[in-house]
Amino acid sequence: MRPTTRRRGLVALAFLGPALLGMAVFFVYPLAMTVYYSFTTFNILSSPKWNDFANWKYLVGQDPLIVTAAVNTLWLIVILVPIKILGALLVAWALTRARHASGVLRTIFYLPALIPPVASTIAFVFVLNPSTGPVNQMLSLIGLRPGWFTDPAWSKPSLVGLSLWVLGDIMVIFLAALLDVPTEQLEAAELDGAGGIARFWHIIVPAIRPVLLFALVTGIINAMQMFTEPAVASGTAMGKATVGAGSSTTLGWPSNSTLTYGQLLYQRAFGSNLMGYASAMAVVMFVVTGLVMIFLLRRFSGFTAEVAR
Amino acid sequence: MNKRRSLAGVVADHTILAVLAILFLAPFAFIALTSVMSAAQAGTTFSWPTSWHVENYAAVFEKLDLVRYFGNSLMYSILATVFMLASSIPAAYALARIKFRGANLLFLLIVAMMLLPPQVTTVPLYVMWSKLHLTGSLWPLILPNLLGDAFSIFLLRQFMLTIPKDYTESAELDGCGPWSTMVRVIVPMAKPGIAAAAIFLFFHAWNDYYGALLYTSENERAWPISYALAQFRTSRAVDWNLTMAATILAMVPVVLIFFSAQKVFVQGVTLTGVKG
Repeated sequence: MRPTTRRRGLVALAFLGPALLGMAVFFVYPLAMTVYYSFTTFNILSSPKWNDFANWKYLVGQDPLIVTAAVNTLWLIVILVPIKILGALLVAWALTRARHASGVLRTIFYLPALIPPVASTIAFVFVLNPSTGPVNQMLSLIGLRPGWFTDPAWSKPSLVGLSLWVLGDIMVIFLAALLDVPTEQLEAAELDGAGGIARFWHIIVPAIRPVLLFALVTGIINAMQMFTEPAVASGTAMGKATVGAGSSTTLGWPSNSTLTYGQLLYQRAFGSNLMGYASAMAVVMFVVTGLVMIFLLRRFSGFTAEVAR
Repeated sequence: MNKRRSLAGVVADHTILAVLAILFLAPFAFIALTSVMSAAQAGTTFSWPTSWHVENYAAVFEKLDLVRYFGNSLMYSILATVFMLASSIPAAYALARIKFRGANLLFLLIVAMMLLPPQVTTVPLYVMWSKLHLTGSLWPLILPNLLGDAFSIFLLRQFMLTIPKDYTESAELDGCGPWSTMVRVIVPMAKPGIAAAAIFLFFHAWNDYYGALLYTSENERAWPISYALAQFRTSRAVDWNLTMAATILAMVPVVLIFFSAQKVFVQGVTLTGVKG
């Protein structure tokens, strides 16, 4: 028995060789280096110099933007993520009730999620252009003219709107889960006189709980790192040079209202050239992501069942 | 789901769906119409095109180096996909079919890698690629795929687990080693899963903005289309009509691939959600 076990191990090693090397080079090594860099003063031109806890002290109360970025990110987690999940769930539910053209409708709802995020963001900024966009043209009929992406009070709600337009990615997952919900249960509930909303909350939601949890956890992780949509929206709405080529001044525009944690990390590393400090921010991001992931792995029956195989 | 429904209920459902469909499609209509407007009209309050300028699509190729950007995106997407398949199929096969110590731990690590925000490892990896003199190119985004892609390994493993064990066991009884079992039995049976993983990685590369910003922003010759697109309206002050034409052109490849492979694509998306 033992030689075969060992042989199998060697065979597995041969098949997994490149992936294991990849894990070492692109996961373990950079994680270790990030922790090390977080205790150093470091920019791309000079080698890291140990500075004890200077980055950490700056992180815990001196960085003028860290609270803004953290609050914005929390806003996205608490407001944008649940709205997008609920929207995706409702659209998926509506789709299960379609008798005709459900395939075409599914494609229509999925399309915005498919195209490059840069393209969908530019399109959305155009549609929500405060002075010339079609949405405000209609809203102005009833006397409303929100500034959308150009107004600090409206920029985050505008991102929610964008996230609803591209909800197709999780909607498709919900749709598959909803189609697995046993019809008999729903019919029995209907015979018992349960209304649509009662059936939704008491039968459908519990039946698709693992998928909901998965969407919630990945939604939280995505909100922390959210970058492309706010960066492109800021640049396009501002109408000036976007980030990159040394200038990352547009990130968070207007008034840092769309500055996420992931964007500030990038800005500190490559805009302010504070790579040691950005590494400290990365360690915090890793710890928070890790906690969210542990929650996922412990609570999520789908994963653990697979792992236990 | 529910077969006994009143006519009124069915009509209500379809009305809601139709309104939603119009809302989801409206932005596409707005940008398509803007892409064929004159520059002057595209800059003013939105209205139906007063004159049609299909030649905007040719103009955008003349004014902007689109051929280069599309070429870069194609190179990035195709090479990344081919490299990923070569490295990730064997890894997924080992995780799905070979029993070895540490398999569970390894799978957990792959899930962790898959969910890790890219910003966490950005600084050390940027330093590494800059020491290798590869920043300013797309290679830091292409080459890692030679060493496996966590999401693809995860997806391929999930698919391979759905293949009944009988097939691989009978191949082994016929004297097939693990390699030939993979090549002759698993790969042909996992074709839909492999197609889905390939499409996802192609799309990921085509749509990538963060990676391109990080590694190519300093060198315009290396820009892929999705990064370049974000620059048109802003740093180059390109008119809205041309920006919209370029925006539509940037969508075309992914939309075409999606329509030609919709079935495997949807199947793949479903697998990523992990069955309830």
